[in-house]
Amino acid sequence: MIELDDVSLSYGDVEVLSGVNLTVERGEFVALVGPNGAGKTTLLRTINGILDADSGGVWVDGDPVGELRARELSRQLATVPQDTHVGFAFTAEQVVEMGRTPHRSRLDWSDDADPVDAALARTETEHLRDRNVDDLSGGERQRVLLARALAQEPAALLLDEPTASLDINHQIRVLGLVEELVSEGRAALAAIHDLDLAARFCDRLVLLHEGRIQAAGPPGAVLRDPGLGEAFGTTAAVTRNPVTGTPTVAAVADRPERDVSVHVAGGGESGVVAIRSLWRAGYDVSVGPVPEGDVAASLAGQLDLAAVTAPAFGLPDEETRRWARRLAREAEWVVLTGGPGCDVVADAVDEADQIHASFADGTSVDAERTLRAADARGDGGQLTVVENQAALLTAVEEQLE
Amino acid sequence: MGVATRTAAWSGGLLGLLCVTILASAAHGPVGVELPVVARAALNAVAIPTGVGMVTAGVRIGELTLSVPVPDLTYTHPFSFAVPDTQETIVRDIRLPRILLGAIVGFALSTAGAIMQGFFRNPMADPSIIGVSSGAAVGAVATIAFPLVFPFGLQAAAFVGALLAAFGVYVIATENGRTPVATLLLAGIAIQTFLGAVISYMLLQSGESLEEAILWLMGHLQYSSWGRIEETLPVTLLFFGILLAYARDLNVLLLGEEDAHALGIDVERTKRLLLAGSSVITAAAVAVAGVIGFVGLIVPHMMRLIVGPDHRILLPTSALAGATFLVLADTVARSGPAEVPVGIVTAAVGAPFFLFLLRRREVHAL
Repeated sequence: MIELDDVSLSYGDVEVLSGVNLTVERGEFVALVGPNGAGKTTLLRTINGILDADSGGVWVDGDPVGELRARELSRQLATVPQDTHVGFAFTAEQVVEMGRTPHRSRLDWSDDADPVDAALARTETEHLRDRNVDDLSGGERQRVLLARALAQEPAALLLDEPTASLDINHQIRVLGLVEELVSEGRAALAAIHDLDLAARFCDRLVLLHEGRIQAAGPPGAVLRDPGLGEAFGTTAAVTRNPVTGTPTVAAVADRPERDVSVHVAGGGESGVVAIRSLWRAGYDVSVGPVPEGDVAASLAGQLDLAAVTAPAFGLPDEETRRWARRLAREAEWVVLTGGPGCDVVADAVDEADQIHASFADGTSVDAERTLRAADARGDGGQLTVVENQAALLTAVEEQLE
Repeated sequence: MGVATRTAAWSGGLLGLLCVTILASAAHGPVGVELPVVARAALNAVAIPTGVGMVTAGVRIGELTLSVPVPDLTYTHPFSFAVPDTQETIVRDIRLPRILLGAIVGFALSTAGAIMQGFFRNPMADPSIIGVSSGAAVGAVATIAFPLVFPFGLQAAAFVGALLAAFGVYVIATENGRTPVATLLLAGIAIQTFLGAVISYMLLQSGESLEEAILWLMGHLQYSSWGRIEETLPVTLLFFGILLAYARDLNVLLLGEEDAHALGIDVERTKRLLLAGSSVITAAAVAVAGVIGFVGLIVPHMMRLIVGPDHRILLPTSALAGATFLVLADTVARSGPAEVPVGIVTAAVGAPFFLFLLRRREVHAL
C-alpha cells in the first residue's frame, strides 16, 4: 500500500533521510520509532507529498506520490497531524466534515452526514460535535483529527505521534481503534514516541536513527536490537509486560561499562535488588542458583544475564550446583543475598571474595540461611555484610581497589 | 439545517435588508421624495439585458482618440410606473447610481476582506493587505497630478496600478512555486510602505490638483454614474462567483497548508486563485471609489461573529452586509451640511465599533 524505495532527502546540507526502504501493506500497523530528530515526521511528510524526496521513489497504492494530484492522493491516504491549532472557531463537526473534501465536488454543498457521524462515533467524539475545536483539550482535539481522517475513508493512514497528548486511557483507545481499522484492511504507519505502546499495538517496528533505518521487524526483535540503545544513546532493558504480554522497554540512563564480574547468589526480592543495582552500576552480573519462576530468575532472563535456575521446590541437583559454582568462581565477587539458593554457592566458593547483602529497604532476609552461608564459608574475615543497595555498591567498589 | 439552506436564508434576509436600505437611502436627500415614489422610480430603472452588440466607441488617450469596438448591451425596462419627472430624474440619475455603486463597492470590499482574513488566518487582514489599494492610489494620484504623463483615465490607471502592485507582491513572495503566507504579508507591508512614499512624493509635486488627489485617497462616491456601475458590477459578480466556489477550499486552508494538502486541496493553486480573485475584486472597487477603509476589515468580522467561520455562509453574508453598510455610511456622508468623503465615515464609525468588539473579547475567538 505504501512503498518507499531508497528515499533520500536533505534540508540544505543536512541529510534528514538517507536510503530509506519501507513497505507497509494493507492489514499492517507499522510504528516508526526513533529518537527526536531521527526523521520520523520528515518521512511521513515525504509519504503524503508535502516534501519531495531528492532521490528514490514513494508509491501509494502503486501510484508515484509526486505525480498524483492532492485530491487523488487524499482519497487513498489520510494524515493525522500531531496537533493543529485550527483558529476561526470551527466546531469539531465542521472540522470532521472537512475530511469529506476529497470526495465532494466543489459546488456540492449538500450534507454528507453519514460518514461524518460514523467517524465521530468511532472516535467517541460525538459529544464534542458542537464545541469549538480550539476550546477542546489536546487529547480531545487529537481524536477529532483522527475522526477527520476517518471521514476521508482512506485505504492508508499516516499518524504523527497520535498519542502524544493523550492520557493513558485514550492512548490505548486510539491505538486500539487504529488496530481495528487496520484489521479491516487498511494500512497504517505511525510515528510513535512511546516504545511500549508501539510494541503493544503494532505489527512491526521500524527504528529510524539519523535518517536511516537502523532496525525493522517484529517489536520484540527491534527492541532487543543493539541499534536501539545506540539510536537513543542509552541502554534499554526489554522485559515482558505481565499484563499485556507484549515487550516493554525500560531506558536506563548512562549505564557505565565496568569490566568487572559479580555473581549474585540467591533469589527472591533481595536477589532482585542486588541484581538490579549491580547491573545498573555497570557490572557484569551472573546469577544463580535461583528457583525457577522466581522474580530474580525472570529479571535475569529479561536482562539477558547468565543464570542458573533450580527447580522451585526441593534441593538443586548436582549439575545445577556444579554450574552455579563455576559461575561463582569465574566472578571476581560473589554476593550472597540470603535469598533462596544462596547457600549452594556459599559453601563452594574459595577463590572469589564474598559480600553478604542483607537489604533493610523493604526486602526480607532469611537470617538463618545467611548464617549458614557464612558458617559454610568458614572464614568470616572476608565476609562483608551490607544492609542496603548503596552500601552494596560501595562495598563492591571498595574491595575492588 | 444544511449549509446551503442556511446560506440561502441568511443571504435572502440580508438581500432584503439591502433593498430596503437602498430605497430608504434614495428617499433621503435635500429634495424629499416619498418612499413609494422612490420604489416606483427604482422599479422603473430596473433594466434587464436582452442582447449584446458591438459598437465602436472612441477611447481617448491624451490627445489621441482611438476607435475600438466595445460590447454594447441592450436593455428592456419591465416596469413603467407613473412618477413625476423631476423626482424620477433625482432618484434615477442622481441618487440611485451613487447608492448602487456604493453597494457594489461595499460588496466587493467585504468579499475581499473575508477572503484575506481567511487566507492570512489573521483577523487584522483587509483587502489592501497585499498592496492593492496602494497600487491603485499610485495609479490614481499619478493620473490626477500628472495628467499629461499618465493620460489613461483615472479609473483604468487605478485598476491597473492595483493589479500590478498585487502581482508584484506575489512575485516577490514566491520562491520555487511556493508562496508562504508570512512572506506574502511582509512583502505586502514593504510594498505598501514603498508605494506610500511614492504617493507622498507625488502629492508634494501635484500643485493645484492636490485637493482632488487627497479627496480620491480618502475614498468617495461622488463621481458615480450608471456607466461605472456597468463596468464594476460584472467584474464584481464574476469574481465573487469564482471566490464563492472556492469557499469550501478556503475553509480547509484555515486548518493550515499541510492539513489542507492532506485533505486534497491543491494548496498553491488555490492560494493563487484566492489572491487573484480578491485582488481583482478589490481593484475594481478601489478604481471607482478610491481607498475606502475599514469596510473590508469590520464587516467580515462582524458577520463571522454572527454566522460562524464557514466561508460558504460568511462570504455571501459579508458581501451583502458590506453593501448595506457602505450604502448607510454614504447616506451619512452626503447628509451633513457639507459632504464628506465616505471613507471618513466608515473609519469614524468602524474604528470605535472595532474597539468595542475588541473589548468584548470577541476578537479573541478568531
